[in-house]
Parts: sequence; structure tokens; C-alpha cells
Amino acid sequence: MMRQAACGLLLLLATAGTASADPDGQSFDQISRGRYLAALGDCAACHTIPGGPLYGGGRPLETPFGTLLAPNLTPDRETGIGAWTEEQFVAALRDGKFPGGHLYPAMPYTYYTRMTRDDALAIRAYLATVEPVRNDVVANQLPFPFGIRASMVGWNELFFTPGEFKPVAGKSAEWNRGAYLVEGLGHCGMCHTEKNFLGGDHTSRALQGGVLQGWFSPNVTGDAHTGVGGWSVDDIVEYLQTGHNRIAAATGPMSEVITNSTSKLDHEDLAAIATYLKDTAPQSGAAPVPLAANDAAMRAGAAVYTDHCAACHAAAGTGIVGLFPSLKGSSSVQSVDATSLIRVVLEGAQSVATDPAPTGASMPSFGWKLNDDQIAAAITYIRNSWGNAASPVSAGDVGKSRKQLSQATP
Amino acid sequence: MTRRLPSTDAVIIGLGWTGSILAEALTRAGLNVVAIERGPWRDTATDFPTTYAQDELRYHIRHDLFLRPRQETFTFRHNANETALPMRAWGSFMPPNGVGGGGVHWNAETWRFLPSDFQQRSHNIERYGKNFLPDDMTIQDWGITYDDIEPYYDRFEYLCGTSGIAGNVKGVIKEGGNPFEGPRSREYPTPGQKQPFGPTLFAKAAIETGFKPFPQPSGNLSQAYTNPLGVTLGPCTYCGFCEWFGCGNYSKASPQTTILPVLVRRQNFQARTQCEVVKINLDKSGKRATGVTYIDSNGESWEQPAELVLLCAFQLFNVHMLLSSGIGQPYNPSTNEGVIGRNYSYQVTSSVNAFFEDKIFNPFISSGSIGMCVDDFNGDNFDHGELGFIGGGYIGAVQTNGRPLQSTNLPAGSPSWGADWKKLVKENYLRTYQTVTHGGCCSYRDAYLDLDPTYTDAFGRKLLRINFDFHPNELKMSQYLTDRVADITQKMGPKHMDKFPRTGPYNSTIYQTTHTCGGVVMGADPKTSALNRYLQSWDVPNLFVTGASAFPQNAGYNPTNTVAALAFMAGDAIVNQYLKAPGRPLVQA
Repeated sequence: MMRQAACGLLLLLATAGTASADPDGQSFDQISRGRYLAALGDCAACHTIPGGPLYGGGRPLETPFGTLLAPNLTPDRETGIGAWTEEQFVAALRDGKFPGGHLYPAMPYTYYTRMTRDDALAIRAYLATVEPVRNDVVANQLPFPFGIRASMVGWNELFFTPGEFKPVAGKSAEWNRGAYLVEGLGHCGMCHTEKNFLGGDHTSRALQGGVLQGWFSPNVTGDAHTGVGGWSVDDIVEYLQTGHNRIAAATGPMSEVITNSTSKLDHEDLAAIATYLKDTAPQSGAAPVPLAANDAAMRAGAAVYTDHCAACHAAAGTGIVGLFPSLKGSSSVQSVDATSLIRVVLEGAQSVATDPAPTGASMPSFGWKLNDDQIAAAITYIRNSWGNAASPVSAGDVGKSRKQLSQATP
Repeated sequence: MTRRLPSTDAVIIGLGWTGSILAEALTRAGLNVVAIERGPWRDTATDFPTTYAQDELRYHIRHDLFLRPRQETFTFRHNANETALPMRAWGSFMPPNGVGGGGVHWNAETWRFLPSDFQQRSHNIERYGKNFLPDDMTIQDWGITYDDIEPYYDRFEYLCGTSGIAGNVKGVIKEGGNPFEGPRSREYPTPGQKQPFGPTLFAKAAIETGFKPFPQPSGNLSQAYTNPLGVTLGPCTYCGFCEWFGCGNYSKASPQTTILPVLVRRQNFQARTQCEVVKINLDKSGKRATGVTYIDSNGESWEQPAELVLLCAFQLFNVHMLLSSGIGQPYNPSTNEGVIGRNYSYQVTSSVNAFFEDKIFNPFISSGSIGMCVDDFNGDNFDHGELGFIGGGYIGAVQTNGRPLQSTNLPAGSPSWGADWKKLVKENYLRTYQTVTHGGCCSYRDAYLDLDPTYTDAFGRKLLRINFDFHPNELKMSQYLTDRVADITQKMGPKHMDKFPRTGPYNSTIYQTTHTCGGVVMGADPKTSALNRYLQSWDVPNLFVTGASAFPQNAGYNPTNTVAALAFMAGDAIVNQYLKAPGRPLVQA
């Protein structure tokens, strides 16, 4: 049966061409590619409430400007996108425009604009097949003046460069595929690029890391010290596939990205992403010099580390592959911004569990046990030991994080 | 009112080691499995994190991980001349509770039983004659051989990553291992744990005496290990907070560190915690289980119908469940007939405290299954002809911890409080080492489990009554083993030594071991066993009962490896045989 269906599909493609959405819901090839691309774009992360109906919308997105609710993407004609035309769908993805006006850039159209029309239509064909859900989402919950969608016209003028991805001559097909995915549908910079005060990308610092929702999304450029320069292509592929590699274990928002998106991608695409990331411009400036081991904070930190951290992360900071991340040589430990590091020590963290790496080990919270001075010393110590080098963390930094986390709604 | 839920393929009562092993096997085979657990869900970093897992007061003194006797308890009497009274606090054993069961708080000593242990009755009669066994001794053969169970020991050890040195690989005796063990199909998955000073000194003395000491097989891992399910464990840090504690370092084998991470990812697995199964339901014929009835924490009653019922609770609760559900014929000690409650047994432990002048042991460097052991006096590894008892146990330098509240052993006659006591504790803490014996226990006609005529539990069920006392065979054995370990300990050079062989009567209020066993024993004859060799009920073929309740008597080793191996064996039998013709007995009576 499957073979017959596939033959029928080939005929259909031959007669109808490829640039059209699936007119009668039978375009198997296009629908399955759309499903893959929807995973790549991690659409479900925002448009599905965990445990709720797939693409049913309604998940709150906290932005610095207020809360937005992700719309319903199911084919329900009244509350979903079932009544949208192809053109409307493509415009939403690539131009940030929808029948009700301008989208807010919490929807990553600033990235999706790089994707091909074919890819957009494949996603559309797939979304047309999911179970329709009646869920009337009022997306815009923003306060005045941000609640005025027309304000996006000006924002787009400043921060939105529309246009499909153009392959870079002289770069390999793999590199170009990686660039297409990272800069387009993958929208990695949405978290990993620092935002300006209006929420636009600091394009000069692309992929060098940024703070979002209380986490510092680390530098993923080719920087050998704080980025992925020290990781091989295989290291990056393994991390994206399983959530773990010889150095790192994913936690926080990246756990979700791995679960919903990167763990579902082809090896070739992951290798392409890795190839591109490793070739992105490293952060300028020399690596910092580590603090001296006899520095007061380092000595205090060593004592805290021995008592509280070494049992899992090992005396030499090497961790246990697949269980406890290595602190030695870890780019995220040496991040310019220690927000995530402080948060993990204060709150604890669960590493992501995937089918190939199901352990999903967790770190307990130390916030109740260690004071700001102790945590600052321990973090300063791990950032400056075993060949690591990074700026020290102060008790004030820890206290600030502690206060923010205690005020955040879970 | 009891509400009826949609039926499932298999329901598991109790999500400890055996429940997890069977849930993994059956969900892998495609069955829908619902596990019902009376205690809470437990995760390493949430429930016993490194930040407070080593809280001796909370876990050891106040029994935090164990079942609360208010929820369910037992009555106890030594013999029929006494009136049994309820246990209102745990004493000689610690009933587990919650997901992971005893696998959370065990010491992780991962022994195999000896080949002759599985034929304890026929083997001893063959060697010593029928008259050598006391009349009231009811030991039985297991209905399986060591060779039958060997592949499943291997499965459990490779699930856990057990650390040890093999003494016998496919019949070839290996240097450094236990020369008495049955042949194993391959080496241990990880090398033996490192040994601190006490065991090292003991091993030296044992070698000088002519013995072959070996490291105790350990589920606290010597190095990181990834098991066949893809789950990774870390190396043990020798903190010495194992027994009665959860391990915060992911280094002690437990359902949490070996199986559950995979199980919770399976769509066909469900666990319902804080739900107490009160009864296994039978159809009108009484030959088929239709499922279970359980009460949730709101007090609501639910019926969970199932094609297959797997009773995987702790040994004593398995017996209680069958008696409360009217499954199988209750054991009657006066006629020696009936099977449920038959052959309740225990283990017989003892110790020697040695106090040294010049040696510093740093006893806090330890693990629950650290130690150097000698197996010359276990099972039938030695000639009992002149000794007047059967059975034995391993002996060794197995001091599992140096926890401050407990580790205050002082020479006999020392003050037990006050300034002098403090001074002596300070002087002796680092300079004391304890050696131990871990003996088996035979089964007897008057050691059994039944329902108490007087006391009931919170659900109105009669409490389980424990009828048990030590017999001369075991007390002689304990004296003999204690003397043997003392001989070696003496060679370590203590200034003073106190021997504590086990003496009767059995004291249910002092901790000895949680290795209770029997009451739903396996065997080849339905007249003297409740289960066939696959742990399938003779009476109700769609019911399987795991756990040490299947042991006809106890060997001189920690039981978990055997409990788990039997569960693996049952799982294989269910998947490969039973499911081809569900509801049929796998062995014809």
C-alpha cells in the first residue's frame, strides 16, 4: 500500500510541481518533510502547552515587555489557522505579517525569513494534518504601548532584514546548509544572541550568548574558550542528539530544545549545524588570565568545592561522562556571564534525558545550604581552576540572582 | 464504593527492585503495565540529594525512608505459648516503602548463593544422613539449580554494574576472588571496590591463617558504569551512608539508578504512588486473578482489572496480601500442611569489636558493601560432621560505616554515658574495627506467618502475625562463625576484643538484618510450596509472586541478588512462555 501511495505521490509531484501546499492532504513526502521542519523550528516549544494538545497554542511567553500567548496552529478554521491561505501562512513565517496585522518578534520571523518558500509550505502541509483544536487564544497580553501591534512597523524598520538565505560562495554545501538552519528555521540566535533594549538582536555579537528568562544561553560561536571551538563536530552532534557529550549536559531551556527539536534531526543536518557554528567568528580579545590559586576567593572556593562539589564533579573537575558534566574545559563554566552557573548552584538542575542517554541525572539545590559568599567562592574557583579562566563572581552577583529567582513565578 | 478502571495487561503491586525489573521486561515486550506503589515517588536529587542524604538522625535514628508502622505493621510472638503484640516501632528489620523499595536503602552487598544452597535439604541429607537434621527443621530444595539461575544473576549484576573480583569463571578458579562461589559466566562488570585499612589488615591476617579473602561484591561502584539499558552510574565516594540511606551520588545500584529512567520514558508504563493495594481479586472459580483493589490517599477505592497480577511487595507484605486475599492454603503448624506463611525464616548475624592501641582505621571511609570476606564457613563449604549444625555464613571485615551516632563501640564494661563515656568514645572512634559474620537460617515447623486473631490494620485487615525464634542449630552456628572471625581478628593485633555471637531468644526490637524470607516459597511440590520454579502461583496461574518470600530458607549471604535473579527468571518465563498461552500453569503440578 505504501509503495502505491508513494508512486501516486510522485505522479502528483510531477504534474503539480513542488511549490504548492498539499491541495488534497495526500502529499506524504511533503507532510513528513513538514513534520521534520516543524521539529527543526521547534514550533511546538511555544505553540503547545506541555501535556496539552499538539499545536493547540496558549502557552505563555514571557518577554521583557510583557506576556504573549502563543497562537493556536491547528487547522481549526475559527480559532486555529485552518482558514488561512498559503500566502498568509508564508507571510506570517517570513514577513511577520498575519491577517490581524503585525506579529511580535517573539515569533522568530526575523529568522524564519531566511527559509525557502518550499520549506514554509511543507510546514503548512504538515500543520494541516494535526488534530484541530478549538482554542481561542488572545495572543496579545502586552501592556500599553507595546500592545499596539502597529508599533512593530517601526521595530521591523530597525531590526528586521527580510529575505531568503543566499548560499555563501566558497563555502561547502554542508556549511551553507548549517548556516541556513542556524540563521533560519533553527533560530539559534533567538536565545544565543544578546538582545538590545528593544528586543532586537545585537547582530555584531551574533551567537555569542545572551540572557533570557533568567538563563544565560551560552556562546555557541567557534570561540575556543567560551564557545564551541573546543568541541569537535561529533561532540556537537552528540550533544544536540542526546543532550550529553564528554563535557556537557544540557539543562534549563536547552533541555526542551533537545527533547522537542534537535534529538529528532538527521545526523547530516546536525553535522551541518556543527560545521557552521565552529566556523562562526570567535569572540575578539584574548582569553582571560586565571586567578591565582592562592587568591583568597580561590582558597575559600576550593574548600567549598571539596566539601560540596567534588563528590560528583571530581577533585579535578572532570565529572563523569553521561552523568555529571565536566567543569574543566567547560565553555559554559567559563562564560562571560555567570547567570546560568549561579542559577544552577542556587536551584539545582535536571539534565535532559533522551532515548540514547536516558539517565537524566540531576544536581540538587545548594541555595538553602550555602550562603552568597560560599557560592560566589565556589563558582569563582571552578571558573579559574584546572586550566579554566574567567572573571570572578561576587557575593553580590549571587545575592541578586537569589532575589530574582525568589521573585520569579515558577 | 469501589470504582472500576479500564483493564490493563499487567498490574504490579510494589515498585521496588522486582517490580521495576518485571515492569521493564513486560513493557519491553509491549504489554501495558500499571505499577501501584503504597509509598511516594522517589528521585535521587529531589529526595536524597547529596546536600542532606548523610543525615544520620533523620534516616538512621528516625527511619525516614521506611514504612510508618501506623500505616501497616505486624504482630510478633516467639511461639504459641505467647500472645502476639503489634510492633509499634521497627526494630530487628526495616520494612521499605516508596518507589525503589529496599533498593533505595540497601547496602548493595551483591552476593550469589552457593550451588548447594539451592538443594539444601537433599544435599545435607546426602552428606550427613537424614538423622543429622532436627525433626522440626523444614528446609526444602528450591526446585531450581544454580545453573538455572546463573544467567539471571549475571543479568542483575550487569544491570547494576556490580564491583567485584570473580573467583570462578566457567569453572576456572581465579586468584583474588571467592574460590567457593559457583561458576559465573563472566567477570564482574567492574573491578572490586578499593579497600580501606581495616579490611586490608583483616585480609592480611586471613591469608596468614591460610584463607583466601576477597572483596565483598558491591553494588556501590568502583568506577562509572553504563548498563545495558543505557543508564549511567557514578563511582562510589566511600562516604559510608548506604544502608538506611539513599545514595545522592548515583553510585549505588537501585531501581532509580538502573531501570526507572528508562521505564518512565515508556508510554506503556504507568505508576500510581501513594496507593495501597488491599486485595488481589479472584473470579468465582478462585483460580484466576481479575486484578486488584487499591485505596488512594483520598481514601477512594479503585478496582484495577488486569490479565496478569505481579505481587512484588516486600516479603512480609507478599504473605499478608495472599492471606488477606484468600489465595492459597494458609499454613497450619500443627498439621504441617498448607503453604502460605510456611517456612518463615531470617538470618543470623554476629560481630566482634576489636580495639587497637596503635592503629588508626578512619572508619568513615567506607561503603555499604566494602570489606574483605572469607567464605570457608558458608553453606556446606566445610565439614559439619563434628559440629552438630548445618549451614553457615560469610565472615569478614565489613564495617559499612563510621557514622558518628552509631560508631561508638567501646570495650565491654565501659561507662555508657557521661564524661567518661565521651572520653572513651574520643579515644576509641578511630582505633576500633568491627568484624562480622553473616549467617543463614534454616526453616522450622514453628516459624511461620499467619493472620493475627486480634489486631487489624487501618483498612480493617487482620495484621500479619510473625511466629519466630532462633533454634539451636543457628545459635551453634553463630557461636562457631563468631569464633572463626575472632581468630582472624585476633591476628590483626587488638589490645582488646569483645565477641558477640547471636544468642537466643530472638529480639524483635534490636536491629539485626532486614533479610526476612519465606512464607510464599517456591518448589517442585505444590503441597510444600506456593509457587513453581517461575514464581507462578500453583493455585492462581495468572499470579506471580517475587521477592525473598520465595526462599524456602535463608542462605548465608545478602539476598538481593537472588531476589532480583529470580525476578529476571520469572520475567523471561512470562514473556517467552506464559504469554504464548496466558492463564496456563508453566509447570504441571
